[in-house]
Amino acid sequence: MNIDEKNIKTWSTIGPRATLGIVALELAKEIDNLMVLTCDVSTSAGLDRYRKTYPEKYLDLGIAEQNMIGVAAGLASENFNVITTTFAPFQTMRCCEQIKVNLGYMGQKICMVGIASGLALGTLGYTHCCIEDIGVLRSIPEITIISPADSLETVKALQAAVKFNKPTYIRLTGSANNPIVYKKDYNFEIGKSITLKEGKDISIFSSGSMVYKSLEAAKILESKNISTKVVNMHTIKPIDKAAILKACDSKLIVSIEEHNIVGGLGSAIAECKALLSKSPKQLFIGVQDRYSKGGSYKFLLEKNRLTSEKIVEDIFEEFNK
Amino acid sequence: MEVCEIMTESAEIKKIKNFSLNVRKNILEMAVSAGASSAHFGGALSITEIVSTLFAHHLRIDKNNPNWEDRDRFILSKGHACLAYYAALCEIGYISKDELKTFEKDDTNLLGHPVINRKLGIDFSNGSLGMGLSLGIGVAISSKKKKKDFNIYVIIGDGECNEGSVWEAAMAAPNFKLNNLYAIIDKNNFQQTGSNKEIMDVDSLKDKWTSFGWHCKEVDGHNIQELHNFFLESQKINKPKAIIANTVKGKGFSFSENNNAWHHSVLTKSFYEKALNELKKNYN
Repeated sequence: MNIDEKNIKTWSTIGPRATLGIVALELAKEIDNLMVLTCDVSTSAGLDRYRKTYPEKYLDLGIAEQNMIGVAAGLASENFNVITTTFAPFQTMRCCEQIKVNLGYMGQKICMVGIASGLALGTLGYTHCCIEDIGVLRSIPEITIISPADSLETVKALQAAVKFNKPTYIRLTGSANNPIVYKKDYNFEIGKSITLKEGKDISIFSSGSMVYKSLEAAKILESKNISTKVVNMHTIKPIDKAAILKACDSKLIVSIEEHNIVGGLGSAIAECKALLSKSPKQLFIGVQDRYSKGGSYKFLLEKNRLTSEKIVEDIFEEFNK
Repeated sequence: MEVCEIMTESAEIKKIKNFSLNVRKNILEMAVSAGASSAHFGGALSITEIVSTLFAHHLRIDKNNPNWEDRDRFILSKGHACLAYYAALCEIGYISKDELKTFEKDDTNLLGHPVINRKLGIDFSNGSLGMGLSLGIGVAISSKKKKKDFNIYVIIGDGECNEGSVWEAAMAAPNFKLNNLYAIIDKNNFQQTGSNKEIMDVDSLKDKWTSFGWHCKEVDGHNIQELHNFFLESQKINKPKAIIANTVKGKGFSFSENNNAWHHSVLTKSFYEKALNELKKNYN
């Protein structure tokens, strides 16, 4: 794919879901045995053009996610390179045991893409939001979990995941007009975090939509003379232990995620830190283990203190304790 | 590839019958060697003739090449009945008699539910009910896309039909016009803790599968001739095929037939001896 300024802007404007559709079109050109499976969500997943262009590489299973994962596993066992996609709660929890048996236990190589994860669908209520997917999937062995920071990273993650030899889950957060973290092409490697900004006092680890917010928060913290490092932990499993170890000379580690604070990125970092004889305190920023009243994406980010201003307030308070 | 000789029908049936005798013997050997760890005895015996008809005659497989791309695929969706599956794979030559004795032992390849192992002829892991037919659909679609002519055979339990995911798959197969897919429903009328009628009535299975768009027929699941005829005659029918196989849980032994205590139980030495004697008597 041509990664240039114009495309990066376009992908950012259309958001991660429509970007998924564009990547699928490109992947189908290169990969003969590609199959994209959905559950009656082709429009939502940006796949309308794809299904018309490559009907032979597309299957709609109807509203039946358990069957989708089983069919995907059957195809994968016959050496098809399979992408499945639907809204994140239905892509992960509705068919959780099928994922455990077929992808985890049996090791069938499938790339699952959970669209509109996090709080983006807040007006539809928490049936359609997804703040549990990382926690649930992280407990299943053998599944790699990636949460791209922006639309370009969505492109890079998908390209990497289809070539990867293990089952993966790509968690798409954010919506249209997705802020741009990466203005130009860069090296993306599954399992290897990217330090976007160096800093000595505080180390922020974030993923998905929260990476941009973390960069903004870091700018504000710098203006208050708090030197802040920002790490894009795009791969949540396997977690980049070396990066966490390296951050342990900070005075505070902060995890920021558009996910429940139980089971997600913060938990993965804490599990790693627990083995160290000495490590700094950790502040868990994310959804504080509750289902709030619903509302717009902006409203829910605000309510869950996931805006850069609120993030700064919470970090500042913890840092000065 | 094992070349099937042109045989008279009775010779074919005789071969399958003899195969089923050996499957029952192997089941007994495994169950007794499992000892106190128990074995899913009843549900394996109810599918013995089905498995034997497939493995002794109908499955296109090459005993020297378990990865042969054109082989028919077999999926035991009711994975707990694996005693019959392993027993048949032993008769084919994929699993040795010695390995059979490792059933449910520490570090075995032969657990109480099948674990994927292509060398042993096991294409999928199964055990959690309601998942096998979806796998079969994936393989059947793959076969169509690759323009292959192999068939896919999935054995499902009647109790397993309580699972909603079975019906998601049942709805999908006719949609994709998968005339290379067979679902064999082992209707032994029992599930773990009682009869289907007591626990969750799955009656009118033929009507259910037919209304979902399958070519469906009821047969006596222990009548090898009926099973054989169905697999032969249905080949050209341009729909996915379902057989409601009326069976007897624990079939073959007086103490276990229709006795649900043998769903998952310990085969003691004395029951083993009794069963062997009954086999000798019944198969003569």
